[in-house]
Formats: sequence, C-alpha cells, structure tokens
Amino acid sequence: MSRLVAQFDVRYPTFHLRLDLDIPTSGITVLFGPSGSGKTTLLRCLAGLERAPYGFMQFGDTVWQDETTGRYLPLQTRPIGYVFQEPRLFPHYNVRSNLLYGYNRIRRDTRRIAIDQVVEILGIGPLLERRTHRLSGGEQQRVAIGRALLTSPSLLLLDEPLASLDIQRKQEILPFIHRLHHELAIPVIYVSHAISEILQLADRLVLLKDGSLMGVGTLNEMLTSLQFRGSFGSHRVGAVLDAKIVGHEPQYGLTQLDFSGQRLLVPLQPSAIGQPVRVHILSSDVSLVIGRSTLPTSVLNVLEATVQEIREISQSSVEVLLDIGAPLIAGITRKSLMTLGIKPGDSVFAYIKTVALNEEVTD
Amino acid sequence: MTDLDLSALWVSVQLATTTVLVLLLVGTPLAWWLAHTRSPFKPAVEALVALPIVLPPTVLGFYILIALGPHGPLGQLMQLNLAFTFTGLVIASAFYSMPFVIQPLQGAFEAAGKAPLEAAWSLRASQWDAFLTVISPIALRGYISAIVLGFAHTMGEFGVVLMVGGSIPGQTRVLSTTVFEHVEAMEYGQAHALSAFLLIFSFVVLLTVYILNRRFPIHAS
Repeated sequence: MSRLVAQFDVRYPTFHLRLDLDIPTSGITVLFGPSGSGKTTLLRCLAGLERAPYGFMQFGDTVWQDETTGRYLPLQTRPIGYVFQEPRLFPHYNVRSNLLYGYNRIRRDTRRIAIDQVVEILGIGPLLERRTHRLSGGEQQRVAIGRALLTSPSLLLLDEPLASLDIQRKQEILPFIHRLHHELAIPVIYVSHAISEILQLADRLVLLKDGSLMGVGTLNEMLTSLQFRGSFGSHRVGAVLDAKIVGHEPQYGLTQLDFSGQRLLVPLQPSAIGQPVRVHILSSDVSLVIGRSTLPTSVLNVLEATVQEIREISQSSVEVLLDIGAPLIAGITRKSLMTLGIKPGDSVFAYIKTVALNEEVTD
Repeated sequence: MTDLDLSALWVSVQLATTTVLVLLLVGTPLAWWLAHTRSPFKPAVEALVALPIVLPPTVLGFYILIALGPHGPLGQLMQLNLAFTFTGLVIASAFYSMPFVIQPLQGAFEAAGKAPLEAAWSLRASQWDAFLTVISPIALRGYISAIVLGFAHTMGEFGVVLMVGGSIPGQTRVLSTTVFEHVEAMEYGQAHALSAFLLIFSFVVLLTVYILNRRFPIHAS
C-alpha cells in the first residue's frame, strides 16, 4: 500500500516541530491536538508552504523534499489541493473564475475531476455567477474546497476549514467532505481540534502535542486506547464503529445495521440498504452481562464480546476493553466488576442502551 | 497660453509620465520588499524613501545636480553630463516623487498580505502569475493612488527642477518654472492663467483619486 513518509525538524522562536510520520495514503487522516501543538505547521510543511531546514517527505513513489540532497518541490509543482482556515477566495473574481483558477493551470490530460462533478457534490450551482463577498461563510468555504479539488489533486490538505463557521454551517459542509472523499477517492489530511469532526470524518488519527507525535492509529484504536484517553476529554470515551445498513423496520421506526456479523438497531435512517453508517457508542451506555439472559429485555442491542483488558479509572469505576470485531469500551463500577468476576479472555454480552449516530454527536 | 507655455505643458506631461513609469518599474519590487521583509534594514530604507517629503527641494536638487554633473558618480558612470537635460530631470523627479509612488504600493501590498498569494501558489500559479493575476488586482487601489499622486506631484515640482534642469525652453522648462519666469518678467496675466490651470488640475486629480477609491473598494475575502 502506498504511504506518506515525512520527517521534519523546524524551529520557531516559541515552538519546535520535530516528528517522524509514516501513514497510508488512503482515507481521511485527521491531525489532532490542542492549539499550538503543531497541526497547521505540519500541514504547511507537507504542502510546501513552509520549508523545514531538516526535512524529508515522500508521497507514494515521489520524493517531494530531501534536504540531504537539497531536493525540494515548490508548492506550485506538488499535486495537492490546500484549503485554508479562511476561504481566501480571490475578491476580484466571481465564483466561477475562482473555481477555474487552478483548473486552467493544470495540464489538460491531468484533469481527472470535472467542473460539473464538483459543482454537484458541493451544491454550488446557483452561486457560479455571484461575487465572492456576497456569499455566506459556509458557501465561501465550499467554493474554496471546490477550487482546490479542480486541480485534480493526489492529496487534499484541509486546515480546520470549518473553524470559522457556526455549528449549522459545519453540519452543512461535513457531509460534502465525506462525499468528495468517497466519490473522488482522494486521500485527505484534515487538521482539527473538534472531537465532533473527528468522530464524523476520521479513518485515522495523528495525535500531536507540543510539536511532537504522540500517536498514530485508526480512529477506534486511538479512541479506545488507555494511553490517549485523556486527549479526547473524559466525557466522550467510547468507540466508533463503521457499520452498514442491511434493512429497515419502518413499522418500528428502526434501521438494522450490520457490523462484523452482529446486528445493531438504530432510529430509522434515510439512507438506502448497503450504505455505510458510522455510530458512536459511549462507554457509559454499555452494560455487561455474563451469558445471554433468557428474560425479556428492553435493550435492543446486545453484542457478543470478549474481554480484552480491564483498566482502573478511579476508586469506584473501571473500564473494560471489549473485542466485538473492533474495540468497544464498557464503563462499569468496581463493585459490578467484582460481582461479574470477569477477566481477560472471558466471553460476555454487551448491552448497549444508546447508539449515537454521527449527526447527533456535537461538541 | 503662448507657444512657450504650451511647450512647457508638454514637457511637464512628458516628464510626469516618464517619471511615473520609471517609478512603477523600480518601485513595485522595492515596495514589495518593504511590505514583506523582516530585514533589520527595513526602517532605514523606509526613512530613505520618505526623505523627499521633508527635505527642502533645493537640498535634494543640489545633491542630485552634483551626482549628475560630469564629475559626479552618475555622470562618471554614464560618461556624460546629465545636468540640465531631460533625462537628468527624470532621474531627479523619480527621487523627488518616490515616496508618493512607493508608499501607496507598500500599503496595498501589506493590506493584501501573503494569504491570497499562498492560495494562488497552491492552485499551481507561478510567482509571476500569482503577482499579475491575484496581487495586482487586489492592490489596484494602491496602483491608482501611486500613479495619480506620482503624476500630480511631478507636475507640481519646482525646486528640484530649477536646480537640476534649469529652465531651458522646450527641454527642461516645465509649467511650474514657467509661472516663476512669468512673475519674474512681471507678466502677471500669464502667471495667473498658468497658476489657475495647475490649481484646477491638481484639484481634479485629487478628486479623481478619492472618487476612484470609493468606486473600486476591494472586498477582502
């Protein structure tokens, strides 16, 4: 599998970025960390907006930077699309001219993404002849994303593109980012410090702190890892599962999801059978039972699980890391743990009270 | 107006046009450098650029006269005497009107910032391409101010022209020096006419700048 390899060492008066990154070039990778952790600087180094004096970067088979040989591809020659925090639309052009700025500057035979396609995905058809300052913040950012996409990039870099927008506007753009990734198959690196964006978008997390790499892994690995649990805020410890719609029960207002051969019931979804759905299960919503109870229960979602690890959280509570085909965390009391008497390797049933769907997760 | 007055007007217009063109060519990179440099020499260069605003024109004219003369550094370099020639006058005017061209450009480049430039680069534009298609239009107001103020200021100069150009009819005699000649010769009627012309011209020019600034507001993002 194609990989992105980057080593940067760059000093600023108040800040030192030094890291060694190696990630697959597929999917949506989110650079996550508190402000000042170096997310934006790393993204700018990857793009070629900053040149790290000690740096190496390889994208797939191509070396973009190697300071030991002095090789450095300037930004203009890298096959990237870059979306800044602010839209940075050109004020003297209308929306169409903004969209075409990069499109007209790439070779005809390298144009893989069509204007109509981008206009359709981003829903900016009615805006094409408008002046940019007449657009709302969300519309401007969509045009900026479209403008970057029309350079047919091999890698799309987004620097907190939703940071300056309110929640409603964010929810308006997030599905577009998801869609363009799936429909255009462009790997995305996305800078964010908002947990809700991560839960909705990320396939992979790169965790940064004080200019150093804290960890890299799939979203669920990172969310369920004890080591990084503090990085996401304790109240939202949980797991994210990528499931698929397998059926609808409209008479009950429910939709059936399949996840690693297990069934989940969630409120009725508008999407068609076969569509992917991402769900978030908080550790506080997971209870454990040994053996499937023969008594009727009001809990709809019961998953078979294997105990992986038991972690002490406080004097009264523990977290149980479960394997349900992917990691899942149950938050239970120490007293319950004693009663159940479970240990790693045991089979249990996880009763899930609430399955949150992506759109319901907010900061 | 007499033929002499008309020839002075023509010299003035030629001088102002040439000076502005020279200043735009030299001033754009200098203003760009001033807008973006982190060099410790920046304040010194800014002070040098602003110097003609505060310096008496005779002082500036005196030094330029020395530099342009056959024994001055520029005269030596070019192996000819530029004092009392049209070319010498252009060089002198360029120094004299420099702040009026550089400062609006520098301000416009600073206001535009690096952000649109980075966006253009990320969209595959080369440095030149990005400057011509993105920065120049965003800095349009700065250019309009620079051209109009540079032109008008050169039209109105007197002290430097007299020091460096003398007042040779058809070559270095410009409107402002012609007014002086008329007054010297007690031709108050002609002095009145020319003065009124310069007064109205200057007002119209400044009015144009302010109207254009209102008509072409650049909407930042």
